[in-house]
Amino acid sequence: MPAQKPVERPLSPHIQIYRWQVPMLTSILTRITGNALVVAALLIVWWLLAASTSPEYFATADAVLTSWFGDLVLSLSVLGVWYHYLTGLRHLYFDAGHGLDIPTAEKLGLACLIGSVVLTIITLIIV
Amino acid sequence: MRYLTARKRAEGKGAAHTGVEHHWYMTVSAVGLAFLIPTFIFIFGRALGQGHEAVLATFAQPFPAILAGLTIYVAMMHFKKGAQIMIEDYWQGSLRKGLLMLVIGLSYVITATGLFALAKIAL
Repeated sequence: MPAQKPVERPLSPHIQIYRWQVPMLTSILTRITGNALVVAALLIVWWLLAASTSPEYFATADAVLTSWFGDLVLSLSVLGVWYHYLTGLRHLYFDAGHGLDIPTAEKLGLACLIGSVVLTIITLIIV
Repeated sequence: MRYLTARKRAEGKGAAHTGVEHHWYMTVSAVGLAFLIPTFIFIFGRALGQGHEAVLATFAQPFPAILAGLTIYVAMMHFKKGAQIMIEDYWQGSLRKGLLMLVIGLSYVITATGLFALAKIAL
């Protein structure tokens, strides 16, 4: 049997000028935030492990998490987790068969984008 | 001759051969995380930056310890299945298998490390 050659398939002709739309943007961001959150999980678990090991090890891990870089990563993770949270709830709503018409879907997408920023600001103030 | 109808044989299978098991797991864990995550953010955020003694005191209490353990476990299993879908969308062949194994392994390593640390602090 001959080896399979990669097939040059034609692309959609207007792929470079495809207009960004709220539903596609929010869907892509859901995937990016969900997978990126593993970085925060690694940091938090490392920090817990350090806390359980010794005061010296904890000082190292705590210094990383509370440095400007740690602050940046964790603050962006808060934004990511709230965004993923809201789009997750939206996913459950979609799954139940609601809100699938275009105007409603676009409003829900905007609500997720704005809501995640609002929840992040509230979180950073309270916590 | 098989007495099963075509519908019966197809039932619960689909392209994944496991039916909607994956989707149902994501739904259940998503609802679980909807309750766990806000509380975890609050507890972890309050403990972060308070010094070693305060962190140990926080996670030695039953509620923060159990909640943190549950959050780590459910979140990592949710990540494992979510990252699986991303990998299956973008990669094929041996690279796909390798990446899947990596993500599955990483999920369990994070879960085990988190639970070990929490148990050591709490007990």
